[in-house]
This record gives sequence, C-alpha cells and structure tokens, in this order.
Amino acid sequence: MRAFDYHQAVGSEQAIERAMRREQARYLGGGTNLVDLMRETIEGPAMLIDVSNLARDIEESESGGLFIGAGVTNAELAADPRVRRQYPGLSRAILCGASAQIRNRATVAGNLLQRTRCAYFYDIGAHCNKREPGNGCDAQEGFHRYHAILGTSSSCLATHPSDMAVAMVALEARVHLRGRDGERVIALTELYREPGERPDLETVLTAEELIVAVELPPLPMAASSEYRKVRDRASYAFALLSVASMLELDGATIKQVRLALGGVGTRPWRAWKAEAALRGRPANAATFEAAIDAELAAARPQSDNAFKVQLARRVVISELNQRLAQARQGGEAS
Amino acid sequence: MQWTINGQIRQAEVDFRTSLLDLLREQFQLSGTKKGCNQGACGACTVLLDGQRINACLTLAVQVQGRSITTIEGLASGEALHPVQAAFIEHDGFQCGYCTPGQICSAVGLAGELARGWPSAVTADLAADDIAFDRLELRERLSGNLCRCGAYNGIVDAVAASLGQEAGA
Ligand SMILES: Cc1cc2nc3c(=O)[nH]c(=O)nc-3n(C[C@H](O)[C@H](O)[C@H](O)COP(=O)(O)OP(=O)(O)OC[C@H]3O[C@@H](n4cnc5c(N)ncnc54)[C@H](O)[C@@H]3O)c2cc1C
Ligand code: FES
Ligand code: FES
Repeated sequence: MRAFDYHQAVGSEQAIERAMRREQARYLGGGTNLVDLMRETIEGPAMLIDVSNLARDIEESESGGLFIGAGVTNAELAADPRVRRQYPGLSRAILCGASAQIRNRATVAGNLLQRTRCAYFYDIGAHCNKREPGNGCDAQEGFHRYHAILGTSSSCLATHPSDMAVAMVALEARVHLRGRDGERVIALTELYREPGERPDLETVLTAEELIVAVELPPLPMAASSEYRKVRDRASYAFALLSVASMLELDGATIKQVRLALGGVGTRPWRAWKAEAALRGRPANAATFEAAIDAELAAARPQSDNAFKVQLARRVVISELNQRLAQARQGGEAS
Repeated sequence: MQWTINGQIRQAEVDFRTSLLDLLREQFQLSGTKKGCNQGACGACTVLLDGQRINACLTLAVQVQGRSITTIEGLASGEALHPVQAAFIEHDGFQCGYCTPGQICSAVGLAGELARGWPSAVTADLAADDIAFDRLELRERLSGNLCRCGAYNGIVDAVAASLGQEAGA
C-alpha cells in the first residue's frame, strides 16, 4: 500500500478545503472498499480525508420524503423505521448487500461510489481500461458471467456492484453535492456515466466534490416496493441480477410504475423503456412481457452472460406479477 | 494513537496503513482475532467496535482512534466464559477453530442487532416491529462468517442456544 496522510474532517467545508489544497486527496467513508483497493494497489491516494463522522442523521424532509446524511451507515439506514415503512424495497436492497459486519461500517456515500468487482479490474496483471485508460479490456474475450449486458461498450463490460443504488434509482433519489462552487443537487441516475470509451470516468463528480446527502422524494407506492436479488449463493454474494420494483393501479390499468435492475448494467439501471411500456396499459402478462422485451432489446450479451437476458425477463415478469397481486389486495382492503 | 481495547486504554504509534487487525495481532499480541482473506470476504477478523460487529481487516487503526474495541480475548469475565463461548463448546460449534473467534464475536454483535429490532434480508415483513425469528434468519445474519470446516450446523445450534431459541425449523 502506498503511504498516505490521514485527516479526520470536522466539517464538510473544511473537508472540501483540504481536498482542494492537496493533489490526489480522497474522501474516506467506512473504508470497506477504498482500503481494500489501496491494499491491492489499484488506488493510491496521497491523503485520506475521513468524512465518516459527518452527516450522520436521517431527517424527514419538508415534502414528506427523507433526507439521509452521507455518513449514515448502511446498517442504520436499512433499520430505520421510516425507511422500513415508506421504502421497504430500499431496506431490502441494502440488507441483500455484503455482510452485517460490512454494513455496520459502510456509509451511504461510500456505497454509491464503490467501484466495480470486475475480476480484471482487480487483477493488476490484466488489461483494464478502467484502471488504466487505453490499456484494453480483458473481460471482452474473458469470463463474463458477472458482467453487464446493458450500457456496455467495446472498452468495458463491468457492472456497477451496488444493491442500494439500484433501489435508490427506482425511487428517483437526488444527491446533494458540495464543492468549490457551493452546493448542487442532481438525480442519482445522472451521477453515473456510461463507460463509452472512457470507463475510468465513472461519475460526474469533480475531484473535490463531496456527497453530503441523499434525498428520497415522497412516493406513496414505495410503501409496497420490493427488491429481489439473484446470486450464486443464498447470501453474501454480488448480484447476477437484481430487480427493484413498485406499482400502482388505477382499476385494471397501470397508473405508475418504477423498475430498476442490478447486476446487468454498467450503472445502476433504471428501466425507463420498460416503465414507458407499462404506464397506462392494462396490468397483465402481455404488457409485462412486452415491457421487459422493450428494455432488453438493447442488451448486448456475451457468451458467458447470455443467460442473463432470459433470467432478467423471467424475474422481472415474476416480480411485476407479485407487485400486481399486492396492489390488487391493497385495493380490496381499502 | 489511543484505543480502548477490552476495557483497557492502549496506546501505540503506528503507520496510517496499519489495519485494526494488524494493530491487534502485531502491536498488542491479541492473536485471537484471525486473518483469513484480509479483504472482507470471510469474517475471521470480526471484532466489536462500540458493541457492533465489524471486519478488522477493512478498518484502518487510525479510523477508530479513541473508540472501544472488544476482541475474543475480552468476552469472558475471568474464568467464566461468555454465554456464546460456552454454547459453542456445548454444541460443537467448531472443528479446527480458526473461524471461531470471528463467529463468536459476530454472534455477540448479532444479539445486539436483534435486541434493537433490526431486520435482515430474509425478514418477510420489513415494516413489522417484531421479527419472527428462526433458523433461516440466523443463517442469513451469520453469512458474513465463513467456516472452511463446514461446522455450520453446530454454529447455528450454538448461536440459537445462546439466544435462548430452539434451533428448530
Ligand atoms: C466481501 C464484500 C462483499 C460485498 N458485497 C456487496 C453486495 O453484495 N452488494 C453491495 O451493494 N455491496 C457489497 N459490498 C460493497 C460494500 O457495500 C461497499 O464496500 C461499501 O458500501 C462502501 O462504503 P464505505 O463507506 O466503506 O466506502 P469507502 O470505501 O470509504 O469509499 C468508497 C468510495 O467512496 C468515496 N467516498 C466516500 N464517502 C464520500 C463522500 N461523502 N463524498 C464523496 N466521495 C466519497 C471514497 O473516496 C471511495 O472512492 C461488498 C464488499 C465486500 C468487501
Ligand atoms: S480477514 Fe477480514 S474478512 Fe477475512
Ligand atoms: S472450524 Fe475450521 S474454519 Fe470453522
């Protein structure tokens, strides 16, 4: 591991100032991803600015949503009674990620910015455009079971590994950022870039920009949101595929729907095309099938992950059927 | 730098690169905490930070300065074993024993999470205050600790017994 300086930040302004003064400074949350990458010499910051003690609260926003500090741990967020009642799909997504030990340390900001688990990215002997721009991508001709089928390029097939981010893009979370020019707020879907020819540029953040909070807008139908994760073992494994979903009916018609996918996209994948094919249509099997087919039309599967097209199709249809059954039950009850 | 380790204030000057795991094992000779993967994937290095379970290998010692850390060496009171330790012996919760300190610290942390009403990925109704508690829940909650010997059935029995649960279903 390369030697570095360490500074415990006492406030966000001061953390940003430090980051601006020092080349190759990095913010540190729980360290569960960055420390590992530093040990593997994939990352080598000259200074760590520990921000894990800042922004530790979850508050109700004026609009009735939630305002989540960037330093809240994954464990605290998943256990929060308001999240469990209003956004249970988010709780489930977080609880499906990593282990209890890791969730106790991992922060909200660190989770959003965790880097891919692509084996070629981790292997410093392999070619990887994300690690070294222009170096090539060994995944293209390699083992791609864990790689993406959506949003890929000839430069990169790596998935974004976060479960939490998948649930959050479905909820239209907004990210509050602070940097040298003050604060800005962006949609979480806008935080991540597609790899294109520069897979090393993963987000739209500037070097010193700090994530200070994530805001969840109020969304009544999110009270019956869910998250389903498919993986190679029952627990403590990254997703082959995951699905965040929620649905609201108007009679037999789909009034509102949110759908996002993990394990198949180069970024947390909001299924905009599927949603458009569902909204305003009759809630039935034919609609569900047409919707997921619309989303997967752009899929570029490789030999080892071609199964993900069928898997995504089946799991999405099954999840939509379950949300439909729940929505009907809810409708009868009220 | 200073930490409270197993109730005692301890000091050491270490490089910022030193993990909490290496601090415990190499500076303070607390070798009960094990190094398995050194990358967060096995749980052998599990210790309690202010009562919550964490992986000591993914934590830099400097990140947890001033805080309270409990290792396997700090669980017993004198000669009296911690109830989780006693349950592991009673229910054959180990074979070679390498994963055991991490398993036991993890189980102690798990008990605290249950007491706070924290749900898990397999909790059917996440909004419910009371969590129906069964073997599936325990297995999920212990999934951050691998056992190469595959002593899992004994481990789940031991943890269930220490929580006062029947290890049925
Ligand atoms: C064995 C293992 C299994 C795992 N399984 C899963 C899984 O199944 N699903 C899943 O989703 N995740 C999984 N994870 C990943 C885990 O969720 C992440 O490591 C964790 O969420 C990162 O959070 P952190 O606070 O520790 O981040 P850190 O490691 O501290 O930081 C990560 C990145 O975020 C940046 N950063 C941190 N805070 C800020 C801020 N406020 N503003 C700007 N930048 C910031 C850092 O500079 C760094 O680049 C797993 C990890 C391990 C080790
Ligand atoms: S040694 Fe820390 S998790 Fe394996
Ligand atoms: S008892 Fe040998 S690794 Fe668990």
